[in-house]
Amino acid sequence: MAERTGMVEKRGWGLWATHAMMILGVLVVFFPIWLAFVASTVTQSEITQPPMPLMPGDQFLNNYREALFEGVNVPVLTMLVNSTITALGIAIGKIAISLLSAFAFVYFRFPGRGMFFWLIFLTLMLPVEVRIVPTYEVVAGFGMLNSYSGLIFPLIASATATFLFRQFFLTIPDELAEAARVDGASPMRFFWDIVLPMSRTNIAALFVILFIYGWNQYLWPLLVTTDPEMNTIVMGIRQMFPSGDDLADWPVIMAASILAMVPPIVVVLSMQRLFIRGLVDSEK
Amino acid sequence: MATVDLIDVRKRFGATEVIKGVNLTVADGEFIVIVGPSGCGKSTLLRMVAGLETVSDGEVRIGDRRVNDLEPMDRDISMVFQNYALYPHMSVRQNIGYGLKIAKMPKDQIAAKVAEAAALLQLTDYLDRRPRDLSGGQRQRVAMGRAIVREPSVFLFDEPLSNLDAKLRVQMRLEIKELQAKLGITALYVTHDQVEAMTMADRMVVMHAGVAEQIGTPLEVYESPATVFVAQFIGSPSMNILEATRTAGGAQLGDMMLPGPGGSGSVQLGIRPEHLSRDEAGPLQMHVNLAEPLGANTLLHGWLAGTQLPFTASVPGVWRMTGGTEELQLSVDPEHLHFFDKTTGRRL
Amino acid sequence: MTFKGWILPLLLIAPQVLISAVFFFYPAGQAIWQSLFIPDPFGLSMQWVGLGNFEYLLGNKYYLASFWTTAVFSTLVTVTSMVPALFLAVIADRLIKGAGTYRTLLIWPYAVAPAVAGVLWLFMFNTRVGIVSWYLGLLGYDWNHVLDGTQAMGLVVVASSWGRISYNFLFFYAALQSVPKSVIEAAAIDGARFWRRFWTIVLPLLSPTTFFLLVVNIIYAFFETFGVIHTITGGGPQQATTILVYKVYADGFVGQDLGSSAAQSVILLVVVGLLTVLQFKFVEKRVHY
Repeated sequence: MAERTGMVEKRGWGLWATHAMMILGVLVVFFPIWLAFVASTVTQSEITQPPMPLMPGDQFLNNYREALFEGVNVPVLTMLVNSTITALGIAIGKIAISLLSAFAFVYFRFPGRGMFFWLIFLTLMLPVEVRIVPTYEVVAGFGMLNSYSGLIFPLIASATATFLFRQFFLTIPDELAEAARVDGASPMRFFWDIVLPMSRTNIAALFVILFIYGWNQYLWPLLVTTDPEMNTIVMGIRQMFPSGDDLADWPVIMAASILAMVPPIVVVLSMQRLFIRGLVDSEK
Repeated sequence: MATVDLIDVRKRFGATEVIKGVNLTVADGEFIVIVGPSGCGKSTLLRMVAGLETVSDGEVRIGDRRVNDLEPMDRDISMVFQNYALYPHMSVRQNIGYGLKIAKMPKDQIAAKVAEAAALLQLTDYLDRRPRDLSGGQRQRVAMGRAIVREPSVFLFDEPLSNLDAKLRVQMRLEIKELQAKLGITALYVTHDQVEAMTMADRMVVMHAGVAEQIGTPLEVYESPATVFVAQFIGSPSMNILEATRTAGGAQLGDMMLPGPGGSGSVQLGIRPEHLSRDEAGPLQMHVNLAEPLGANTLLHGWLAGTQLPFTASVPGVWRMTGGTEELQLSVDPEHLHFFDKTTGRRL
Repeated sequence: MTFKGWILPLLLIAPQVLISAVFFFYPAGQAIWQSLFIPDPFGLSMQWVGLGNFEYLLGNKYYLASFWTTAVFSTLVTVTSMVPALFLAVIADRLIKGAGTYRTLLIWPYAVAPAVAGVLWLFMFNTRVGIVSWYLGLLGYDWNHVLDGTQAMGLVVVASSWGRISYNFLFFYAALQSVPKSVIEAAAIDGARFWRRFWTIVLPLLSPTTFFLLVVNIIYAFFETFGVIHTITGGGPQQATTILVYKVYADGFVGQDLGSSAAQSVILLVVVGLLTVLQFKFVEKRVHY
């Protein structure tokens, strides 16, 4: 791949110009994150007298300590925990139910198979945004407001993951299932011993995507968590702004913003290869 | 240790019958090869014995049990698949021991059995590798190991050598046959390769379009093929089949008169290329337009005088073509003439 | 190969079917049902109005304005997120060394939640403390997105597009990497210069990816930008940034007008349906590439 443009490409100044444009692009794209980081390391007064500095200050520990353990309505740490539980719940839940149903669709013929398949397919067309009020009523009816299950369950059914696993299972040679059958494995044993370990990469790739999906949810947590103790970090930041004309506590809010970004960024960067694969796969 | 009986076994997919009533009795310890072209139903037949396909009609018996409705694992069989079907994420050791683990055999016993099988198959040094780190021949051995470690009554092989290169195939052929003989386990072996069938089988089943056209020892099948199909499928190069009229003194082929056993009526006459010999006084006149030297012998392609049908002869030694077409006189021993019914294709 | 039995598979799909039924189909059905009623002034009972809610909506200038806002917003977001991404991908594709590093750096914004992105951009353009608005003021440009609808729209567009650039970049870059080297070389030998090659060879080869991204970016702009708008403008000023999804929320939760909100949900449902069909038409087509 690296050599592919070799023959046709420019050398010398053209190469430098290319790098320069690229660096400029990266700087522009990166600037908002950098500015947020700087703001999270300076004092409120440095920010309120524009222009604010462009290099980090010395308030890093103070601001982050205040954000994590005091926050505005609720400590950011609490919201981080809520977000982690929610994101993990959504990612693991989606993967688990999708694995099971994809396994059933690929390895069994059962009454209603076609109908159920289409029902699941239809959920693709029902993003939470278009059904918020009635879904809210359902969740309220179950008494799941301000609870993790209320945050997780409505977001857990995923046709995308089911289709993805189905596609993958279809590529597992039939003979493997037959060999397992001859070896005496029951369907669930085959699932557990053969299918699951073979799906490891797909599961991991999907996990990265779904974790970020769950972590970044905004509208749904906004509706179902009225208790600040249950706020997730992504929706909680908005709640840190004062309602009236008061000045926002920018260093703490920016520290919270940075903290809200760190987990998904760490996941993306540490699993970059899986992430790109998951991204491309899940959009197919 | 078991016999296998197929009693009028049939398989239907929807309205199409793909196995049209096969009867077969396999003796304990016998090595049976089921051979036929692709699509003849041989794999389906094997898979019905394995329990991977349901039996539409008829009965499959292993030992003295009717196994039609048993799960594969309850049939006391093991199977070697065409693509080996090794579990890619397990080591050789885990692959071989998987069936035993499911059967809840104690760990130390599994280890002992796996070690024993590995020693037998020269896999001891590879036990901790993954299938992808093995060569084709080694994977084949692992698949064999997985089959033998369970000590089944019947081995089932579904074209196990078709993914190997020619040289390895010859070697593995011998190994499988030796192993089966040593263990004395009844084996059903499916292949499309007639050389494998001839060399490995105690008895072979030649399948064609869902029918077992002939069941017999390799030499029986070779020497007296039951149908035109069998005659042409077994033996290489394949048998020449010609339209002929039987007379009291043999067979009339166009202008040529072949001496042989007497009879009457229109028939299909079969002559194996290797049974033809050069004979200045021979009754057959062949026009040769192509010679394929194989070293020890030469295949001559052309047609018989007075017919348009392609005709092949195998003659010993080297044959050099000098012109465009050459003529050649041939004779054939009367006992090597095969007569088949013109309409049914059955041996007369 | 399939296993026997039908109880086990039904058990296996039960969790997904159950959750879909409770949290997808029932609410969607409810939305359709509620869209046919209006609540009485005390919220005690519902009155059947048939298609009245729809008629009202389609004659309501605020709702129609919201449609228009959504169209403008999603067009702008799609263009603003795709053009720079394609540009960066083309540059990165020319590099033999270092492309991987740039890619790693460019991925970051994707991981940032739209709502957090909203906060970051709000901070930069804040009328009191924002560094960008301050410099704009120095240049004599008065920035106040709280009052100026056009500026507000511009800000939510940029904030919504920012993270999407990463996403689009990844897809464009992957597509460019898979353009066969020989095709480019043949064009070069034919004498086509870089931009000419780009317009006549590379861009047409990218058209499947471009079309795909077009559809998913529109879907993104429609449904996933709620967080950006809620954090930056709250739909204002004077509804200048109230896109359809935002209006469902504002009317249903803030305004408590359930019938209207449900009718809007149903209309959105139709829109998603159309977009999904479009997407699948494309997927079907792509099989042949």
